[in-house]
Amino acid sequence: MSQKTLYDKVWESHTVDTLPTGQTQLFIGLHLIHEVTSPQAFAMMREQGLKLAFPERTFATADHIIPTDMLERPFQDPQAEEMMRAIEKNTKDYGIPFYGIGSDHQGIVHVIGPQLGLTQPGMTLACGDSHTATHGAFGTLAFGIGTTQVRDVLATQCLAMDKLKVRRINVSGPLSPGSYAKDVILSIIRHLGVGGGKGYVYEYGGSAIDAMTMDERMTICNMSIEGGALCGYVNPDGTTFDYLRGRAFAPQGEAFGRAIQYWRSTASSNDAVYDDVVEIDGSAIEPTVTWGINPGHGIGISEKLPQPEELADPAGARRAYEHMGFEPGKPVLGIPIDVAFVGSCTNSRISDLRAAASVVKGRHVNPRVRAIVVPGSQEVKLQAEKEGLDQIFSDAGFEWRSAGCSMCLAMNPDQLRGREISASSSNRNFIGRQGSPEGRTILMSPAMVAAAAINGKVSDVREYL
Amino acid sequence: MPASGSQIGQIAGTAVPVRGDDIDTDRIVPARYLKEVTFDHMGEYPFMDERFDPQGNPRPHPFSDPKYHGASILLVNANFGCGSSREHAPQALYRFGIRAIVGESFAAIFAGNSLAIGLPTVTVPHENIEKLMAMVEADPTVQLTLDLEEQCINSPGGVIPIQVPDTARNALTQGYWDSAATLAANESKVRQTAARLPYLKGFKS
Repeated sequence: MSQKTLYDKVWESHTVDTLPTGQTQLFIGLHLIHEVTSPQAFAMMREQGLKLAFPERTFATADHIIPTDMLERPFQDPQAEEMMRAIEKNTKDYGIPFYGIGSDHQGIVHVIGPQLGLTQPGMTLACGDSHTATHGAFGTLAFGIGTTQVRDVLATQCLAMDKLKVRRINVSGPLSPGSYAKDVILSIIRHLGVGGGKGYVYEYGGSAIDAMTMDERMTICNMSIEGGALCGYVNPDGTTFDYLRGRAFAPQGEAFGRAIQYWRSTASSNDAVYDDVVEIDGSAIEPTVTWGINPGHGIGISEKLPQPEELADPAGARRAYEHMGFEPGKPVLGIPIDVAFVGSCTNSRISDLRAAASVVKGRHVNPRVRAIVVPGSQEVKLQAEKEGLDQIFSDAGFEWRSAGCSMCLAMNPDQLRGREISASSSNRNFIGRQGSPEGRTILMSPAMVAAAAINGKVSDVREYL
Repeated sequence: MPASGSQIGQIAGTAVPVRGDDIDTDRIVPARYLKEVTFDHMGEYPFMDERFDPQGNPRPHPFSDPKYHGASILLVNANFGCGSSREHAPQALYRFGIRAIVGESFAAIFAGNSLAIGLPTVTVPHENIEKLMAMVEADPTVQLTLDLEEQCINSPGGVIPIQVPDTARNALTQGYWDSAATLAANESKVRQTAARLPYLKGFKS
């Protein structure tokens, strides 16, 4: 079993057959669904008379359309209500466990899978959402798919796929104070480009990644897709096993010991051969923010906004400046913000909330700024409340919400208005992403969002540590 | 094994260029349209926020330009379809009338979603996409024929080679792009594969 990566091993163990097209038929060990990308798939199931192939391997929640400040039903938005009713009916008709409003397990699909111990090493996983790569933090091959493919997985528990190349990304540590997993992944995407991962799976390793908690590894893997890689993963280790021990769907007792043996066996061999290897000096990464309209438009907080000609895509950079209204050569530090958002599948876990709260504690949100904290799951919310984080945020002037995708993607009432600028712990700064076609997004870590909220402008969190 | 889709070998028609790298799926279909539980109306929404300003006034965009009306081939630059996995994006383009997309490169999930609905995404190098875009901008009535078997585009300006992965080309030309039936036909092998995976039995010995 030498020379193989985790990707090679898991791909092999899940290969069903080679299809007439030459594609691989790959078995999918776990299927997670949510309300937005599944209704059309269930409609196809009904039209085509298909049955659920492995009902015990599909789990559902609702996240994208949840109004996080008003959970009463029916929802005020009739379309959101219709979407909610559709997933309630579909999961009931097909016998799929559904963690809906009122369930302690409801939350962002990429937060609850790991939290429940459903996501495990050496597994294949699919979900109709591009941030499915998040689950790769566990050494899981996790694929974001479209709705027709959701139908394929419901009906057959398989996908037709082509094998990809593997790029190893070594991040050396330790990270500097004030720099978090978010800064690392923004820095990786800045250097490799938003299309740089095309044709690759990213394997993250090195001393900085080894030292990270599972929450941090999830932040890294989550944004693999923003770098153009279909999925990203970290090899499972003691940190992974410690996280999984005792979780609801993790193996219990003696079975857990056997699971660890299996999980270890799926990790990349020491002599694994990679198609490409990239070295990143993690200790040189400073708090990083975006200035443009894709996640590759990142810069260190002490840098000046780049000249378009210095960048790989000058035309794209000029378009970015036109939208953002910023000037090349000026500092990014001090750009005024209107909205602060801590949340999303990238940064809404308990450690993210703790990091933001530690900056906020005893301070006040700038009166010009609308600030919200949206926990990734109801479980994260309850834990944060137990620790008194909700009080710290509320005292400072943040709104404390219920779990959902919220302002990451504008499918619920949490949206930018007009040309507002948001300091956001989410994953995409695309034009229109946060609900206003003219709205502007600056991506950063939760601690940096907290600092920006207090100052009313893009700030250096290191001054608050 | 049954092929469940039509065989797609040639796409002929006029073309529409949409210039720019890294055009994401939020730009192709803004998220508010994802609140519809069917794809039925997606054909009305492609590039909505680029074709209209926030007040609803039209803005110039190739998808609104009468000279490109009826085009079936979309010409794009690099990393087209990056971002969200929403199948609504290729569905919107398909339902608008697009039957093939030619570009410098495509984001992985977008290309997979397009293939799954029988919408070919094929690549050509930068200089050739520029040549095609310039040709079409100069004369929008130019007829192009994209030939997946011969792996080329026939144009009045000559034959331009295209790249398309063998697996995708086979799926399209042999009618296997809708995978469900093919995957389902292997049911006994699927059960055998599942039986070998210890986690499906909860690691019970």
